[in-house]
Amino acid sequence: MNPLLTALPAAAGALTDSGQTSTAEAVLFWVLAPLMVLAALGLLLARKAVHAALAVIFIMISLAFMYVAQGAEFLGVVQVVVYTGAVMMLFLFVLMLVGVDRSDSLVETIRGQRWIGVLAGLGLGVVLAGVVGRATYDPPVGLAEANAPSNPEAVAHVLFADHVLAMEAVGALLVVAALGALVLTHRGRLVPKVGQRERAERRLRDGVHPVSLPAPGVYARHNAMDVPALLPDGTPLESSVPRVLRVRGQEADAREYAARIDRVLAGGWAVGAGTFTSDDEYVGGPQGAVTGGVVVHDPSAGPDGPADRPTDAPTHDEEDGR
Amino acid sequence: MSGWATALGALPTAVGGGTAGPVSADFSQDVFWVWLLKAVGIIVFLLTSVLIAIWFERRVVARMQLRPGPNVHGPLGLLQSLADAMKLLVKEDVTVRAADKLVYILAPMIAVLCSLLVYAVIPFGPEVSIFGVVTPLQLTDFSVAVLYILACAAVGVYGIVLGGWSSNSTYPLLGGVRSTAQVISYELAMGLSLVSVFIMAGSMSTSQIVDSQTQIWWFLPLLPAFVIYLISMVGETNRLPFDLPEAEGELVGGYTTEYSSMKFAWFFLAEYINMLNVSAVATTLFFGGWRAPWPISAINDGMFNTGWWPVLWFVAKVWLFMFVFVWIRGSVLRFRYDQFMKIGWKILIPAALVWVVCVTLVQAARQLWDVDLRTLLFGLAGVVVVGLVLSFLVPEKKPEPTPEPTEPQDFDPFADGYPVPPLPGQVLPPSPRAQRRLAATDAADPSEPETPLEVRGG
Repeated sequence: MNPLLTALPAAAGALTDSGQTSTAEAVLFWVLAPLMVLAALGLLLARKAVHAALAVIFIMISLAFMYVAQGAEFLGVVQVVVYTGAVMMLFLFVLMLVGVDRSDSLVETIRGQRWIGVLAGLGLGVVLAGVVGRATYDPPVGLAEANAPSNPEAVAHVLFADHVLAMEAVGALLVVAALGALVLTHRGRLVPKVGQRERAERRLRDGVHPVSLPAPGVYARHNAMDVPALLPDGTPLESSVPRVLRVRGQEADAREYAARIDRVLAGGWAVGAGTFTSDDEYVGGPQGAVTGGVVVHDPSAGPDGPADRPTDAPTHDEEDGR
Repeated sequence: MSGWATALGALPTAVGGGTAGPVSADFSQDVFWVWLLKAVGIIVFLLTSVLIAIWFERRVVARMQLRPGPNVHGPLGLLQSLADAMKLLVKEDVTVRAADKLVYILAPMIAVLCSLLVYAVIPFGPEVSIFGVVTPLQLTDFSVAVLYILACAAVGVYGIVLGGWSSNSTYPLLGGVRSTAQVISYELAMGLSLVSVFIMAGSMSTSQIVDSQTQIWWFLPLLPAFVIYLISMVGETNRLPFDLPEAEGELVGGYTTEYSSMKFAWFFLAEYINMLNVSAVATTLFFGGWRAPWPISAINDGMFNTGWWPVLWFVAKVWLFMFVFVWIRGSVLRFRYDQFMKIGWKILIPAALVWVVCVTLVQAARQLWDVDLRTLLFGLAGVVVVGLVLSFLVPEKKPEPTPEPTEPQDFDPFADGYPVPPLPGQVLPPSPRAQRRLAATDAADPSEPETPLEVRGG
């Protein structure tokens, strides 16, 4: 009747013509089966969802080995392609999207959901037990006869000749389920779609920085994320430091570094005799403390010199001609 | 020990399901040491090919960009990749402290292992004699060999995904997530494009598919499927322009960001072996496998299709596809992620589906109604021509012409934020100097008319 079902009673190995399993299959089974049981336990006990997913992948691939060893090559390979390659991959995708460290919420969204679920599960168990208990198997015909044309063709014959109606019904059910999911999650668009072009135009219209922001850290010694870049006139550009660092208050004081350069240019290096390196040498001088910007290229300017400079760093944001 | 030997010996018979039937290659003569020889040969071939491929890629890309490329170490710079590999091996092996250790170490292993498995079912040539044993130049083959290749590729992606996740860092995670979405969408198109070859060849075993291409290589009659396969194979191997999981401009290094030394080298190795894999699959399924190209195949009654000669043709074809990879890399820019997904789901998969239905109909017509293939193809060509002619008769929907503006419009010199010239029908306002002059003349002689600069025409 059904060549696939005939293989089921002999879980330990395929039925060859004589109804015996070979040594190789027995070895394969006794190596893989304990590992699979361990992985199944791992699925139940793993803390992290991705570890549980890994356990499932291991079981699936081991199961594929078993199928192939039993002569069901098509089933074994398709198991890996479809379940491991696509379905579990989707699972992982969702796990990564929702955040891998998130624990499941145990709140019932539907009242009495748990008890309904338990009842339905019990019902399914009873039905399955009834079907399996009452099933009768034909005497095994052996692999050679079951796979007579070739394994894929034999499977195709079972699926698309013997059970074609059930296959069509399952296919229709899956399509309906997929469409239902699409309809349930679909949202009508209320506002026109904003694409890359619209965003670029808006950026220019609003006068914000039209291209990527300048990179932080212009000093040879401080090519670091937290040191602002300097504009040509020596004023530090606050927006060059990543916003996250600025919000956290982890931004370095640019005036400090600028002041050092100032002192170097003013001859501080020669006076300090090479010890001009540590941070504690910086004392908030009148230059840095009073003004926002520090003149680098004009060391001869007096204390009043930098005060003439604009306090705010001129940025590209201030579009001219508008 | 002997138990293991018999276990290994029994495996191919369980796998192959007998040599009669679906698989045309005859492995009945094979003994243990022949498999070992073939397996080691495949590994050596793959590893040396990867070393050459890295050099090849750098040299060819350099040639395309008018620069010499690596040319210092060894003749023509051939030893450059060897030096690079040595450098990678002796670098410090960093394990990120926040990483999930087990998965972090496991991920590169998965990637490499799965990429090494594919060549087991690729036929390098017909039957040859190795130390007196007549055996096909192929490790193994079974009735679903091409599906097995797809399965290996699918499991190999877990290396990338898990590597991205286990690094416990933002950019690798983004790379991993991208890789999952990429593989789910592009494997569909890839599988569908292979289905038409299965239908025409009547088998999924690689040796049988090569045998079915004695008359014509499948890339000609199945050109759309071949094109779809070419595109999706680039997507499947994460190569430019589809290298979104490791896009260095956006994600630093994607899933490889937190990897260093040998672990990084394994990912690198897996990527190049995967290139060789998909090239070999393209060769086997569409380019006649180990068969000699046409003028050579006719020489001396097919002498070049026997013995060890086919290995040469096979390797040459694989490297042809490797060149295509490098060529694409040298000339196409990286896609944006949504564009990439759109191509996969809205173009490749529907096209592959339609093509599979077409091939199925043709094949069914041949078998059910016993139609000659030539009449069938002529009939189909006629249908296509009639459809084309009919499509010319359908009046083209013209876009409604925008009415020409009759009166001068206001001119915004910074429309949408750009400095723009006046459009047709717009009037350029007088320059500040002209305005001053106008004001002066107005004060002197108010009767003189104003002459606006209007741009007309297109």
